[in-house]
Amino acid sequence: MIGARKIVAAAMLAFGLAGEASAADAGNWNAVLAEAKGQTVYFNAWGGSENINAYIRWAGGEMKSRYGVDVVHVKLDDTAKAVATVVAEKAAGKNDGGAVDLVWINGENFAAMKREGLLFGPDWATKLPNWRYVDHETKPTVLRDFTIPTEGLESPWGGAKLVFFHDTARTRKADLPDSAKGLLTWAEANPGRFSYPQPPDFTGTSFLKQVLIELIDDKPKLQRPVDDATFAADAAPLFAYLDKLTPLLWRQGKAYPQNYPDMKQKLADGELDIIFAFNPAEASSAIANGELPDTVRSFVFSGGTLGNTHFLAIPYNATAKAGALLVADFLLSPEAQLRKQDPKVWGDPTVLSVAKLAAEDRSAFEKLDLGIATLKPDELGPALDEPHPDWMIRIEAEWIRRYGAAN
Amino acid sequence: MGRPISVKALKGSRTFTANTLLALILGLPILAGVAGVILPAFGYLPALGGSEFTLGHFAELAGQPHILRSSLTGLVVGLATTGAAVAIVGTFLAGFAGTPAFSRIQHMVSPLLAVPHAAAAFALAFLVAPSGFLLRLVSPELTGFGRPPQWLVPNDPLALSMLVGLITKEVPFLFLIALAALPHLPLRQSRQLTAALGYGRLIGFLVSLWPALYRQLRLAVFAVLVYSVSVVDVAIILGPQLPATLPVRIAQWTADHDLGARFLASAAALLQLAVVLGAVAIWLLIERLGRFVVRKLTYSGRRLRNDAMPRFVSAFAMAGCAASIFLGITLLGLWSVAGLWPFPAALPAELTLQTWLRTLPPLWPALRTTIALALLSAALALFCAILLLHRNGAAERGGNVPRHRLLYLPLLLPEISFVFGLQILIISAGLKPAFWSVLAVHFLFALPYVLLSLSAPWRELDPRFERVAAGFGKSALRTLLTVRLPLLFRACLTAFAVGFSVSVSLYLPTLLIGAGRLTTIATEAVALSSGGDRRVIGVYALVQASLPFLAFLVASLGPQLLFRNRQAMRT
Repeated sequence: MIGARKIVAAAMLAFGLAGEASAADAGNWNAVLAEAKGQTVYFNAWGGSENINAYIRWAGGEMKSRYGVDVVHVKLDDTAKAVATVVAEKAAGKNDGGAVDLVWINGENFAAMKREGLLFGPDWATKLPNWRYVDHETKPTVLRDFTIPTEGLESPWGGAKLVFFHDTARTRKADLPDSAKGLLTWAEANPGRFSYPQPPDFTGTSFLKQVLIELIDDKPKLQRPVDDATFAADAAPLFAYLDKLTPLLWRQGKAYPQNYPDMKQKLADGELDIIFAFNPAEASSAIANGELPDTVRSFVFSGGTLGNTHFLAIPYNATAKAGALLVADFLLSPEAQLRKQDPKVWGDPTVLSVAKLAAEDRSAFEKLDLGIATLKPDELGPALDEPHPDWMIRIEAEWIRRYGAAN
Repeated sequence: MGRPISVKALKGSRTFTANTLLALILGLPILAGVAGVILPAFGYLPALGGSEFTLGHFAELAGQPHILRSSLTGLVVGLATTGAAVAIVGTFLAGFAGTPAFSRIQHMVSPLLAVPHAAAAFALAFLVAPSGFLLRLVSPELTGFGRPPQWLVPNDPLALSMLVGLITKEVPFLFLIALAALPHLPLRQSRQLTAALGYGRLIGFLVSLWPALYRQLRLAVFAVLVYSVSVVDVAIILGPQLPATLPVRIAQWTADHDLGARFLASAAALLQLAVVLGAVAIWLLIERLGRFVVRKLTYSGRRLRNDAMPRFVSAFAMAGCAASIFLGITLLGLWSVAGLWPFPAALPAELTLQTWLRTLPPLWPALRTTIALALLSAALALFCAILLLHRNGAAERGGNVPRHRLLYLPLLLPEISFVFGLQILIISAGLKPAFWSVLAVHFLFALPYVLLSLSAPWRELDPRFERVAAGFGKSALRTLLTVRLPLLFRACLTAFAVGFSVSVSLYLPTLLIGAGRLTTIATEAVALSSGGDRRVIGVYALVQASLPFLAFLVASLGPQLLFRNRQAMRT
């Protein structure tokens, strides 16, 4: 490979720079429109949820009929795989014509791609025509993704907030926990009725983060990278908590649900009594789909639950950059955001500021029925900031070491 | 043989070329695949930036958490599956071969072979889960369960549910192989003889026929062993998750496009090869032990007349395999049209076509790919099989052993080891994963099964038909096209259906060689398995299970339609 690297380097010298196939510039939107026509955008996005897949199919159909852009949804079970693809391409010197055009991303993966210089830049997200509607004033997570400044290298797509669900037919509202500690007490009284998806599933790791934030002695620490010297002490409360919780989990922690939809099925089957998701409308949309009984309701912790924004990013070596810009912009449009927030479709909260919208769009958002089991925006409680991505990498490795083999 | 001697001599050389061809078709890709794993395992893969030989990747593998347990789980499950399947089939044959009950069960078990492993695993999961059908039937009335109990099934750490799932699928396979071997054994005579000497049915069969029968089964037994030690899709659906079995973890690493993971996966694929060799070695020991026990029993002269219990158990196990898969598939269908279906309701409160309507649009492309791959690979395999059988001389009864050995080659190596190696070679060669490379791999797996299912009828066709045709001065090719193939039309269609089913059920080769870009029903269904909506899984598994049935339906109805005007050809 050393030889190959030399050749690539020589080629770069010969041609002056790594070839930029296109000069897709979000500042010159008409050129983007013209260049995007006829392109195929390989959109790498988690494919584990049928309603999200259906929404992406809808968006692809609109892109095709309006702009002549084909959207192919590459269904991932873990976004890290898309990142790994780009890493491999960069290592092989494939600086254009990459396999990934657009990737659904946040937090850890964004930090990794930004650090490795794998993102298309400079700032394109704030130059998108629909950026003018984005609520970057009251939603700080639009500009700082897991403490990492986004700098316009990724475009916001939707909001996320950790919300718990229970079935009122089985669990009384009065008995519900109101914090991680309360959840442990609840699990002692109801062994086997709570669990979380097996890390590295992102819903599962989010639960670990929620507990870490609630239990760590010094919260600002989490906004900085992990300090090796104090990591063991910092994470000790979390693992002490998990040591107590694990035998009280579903199947005594000898097996875990594989992801959020798996927990949903188990709530419907009566195997679990409390589940959680990163989308406040999940329960309503599951009720609408006949996956959950209509007695399911949501609740949050009064001390706050994890909140973040999820984004779209374009790899530096994407083949169809113009098409990817167009898709990212369309997904920010009031129309696409409204449809996304409808629990009958997906129920994912918008990143737009409703106040900034035109009158008819505003009233459409205000009229939207968020669903029987969805908490109103003012009932969602405070949003806890995501820790620096470093933390999760360390916590995950430690989790697998401790709980990765059931006995 | 009414043929001149010179032709015989020629035929010998032809046999040689045909076998060489077979060896090339089956052997080369497999050996190349194994080589494609060995080099990266030691760090050498220029295309991905590895140019130095190192043992570092093995060290990294050893450092993976719980790797030993992952390896041992697969090993134990494979050995237990093989042992149980051999015991069930052997006992059942010994107890019932030649009785009316035997043919009844035979008809029940045969279609099971067509059900893809993944669909069967789903069917079983829907049955035995604590929130599954069996418990719903008796809850809350008998069990008092208003809620599913806290049983860790499936995905139990001891892999028992995976074991049951594998046994359910491997028993029919061994059983059908044994059925093909039975006519060559003096069943009736030895039954009479051992009965006259006062032996019980089981021991009589064991001392008189079993050694010869097992010799015929042996390769199939090893195929079962290798398959169940290295299975991926069934392990994903039913197997343990903390930690997952080694083949599943390899599949996860290979799906990782991270460079480091490629090398790690190669090292792990070699480890898997070693695990399989270990399993084979242990099985050889078990065989020796078995021989010793049979010999002891034979010389002891024990009559063991009270064998009703084991006979009954084996019949129950055989019928249980069939019943559970049929019931499970019915359930898949029911889930696919169910509305809300909470525990402990035995039946859904409402039926709806909503799931089908929602699932069909995204399912079409995968279905198209699946059918195209299956039709093409089965057709190619059938063509190759006819060519090989024709060139190998038609009238040779009994078949020759080396040819059969070769047939099993793709089945005697863990697919994850050589298929992953092939994937690396394809990437190194700079080829894009495409339909054609996946088709080639499907063909590789379909060919042995097609050859196997066609060779017996091919040999059994009365050679006098062709002699008559030769007497009329027809060329060998004309005779093949106008006499032999029409007479073997149904057998050809059945062989085609077998190839079709194999292709439909292939999960790992499709996933690896297609690099995730080529989705089939098999890859989609397994992708949905963890946490997919049960109703959507129902749709996929049902579609996957029904494809082979359709193929076999065509195979059985085809001759009737084609030979409407020829009474005797409608067999």
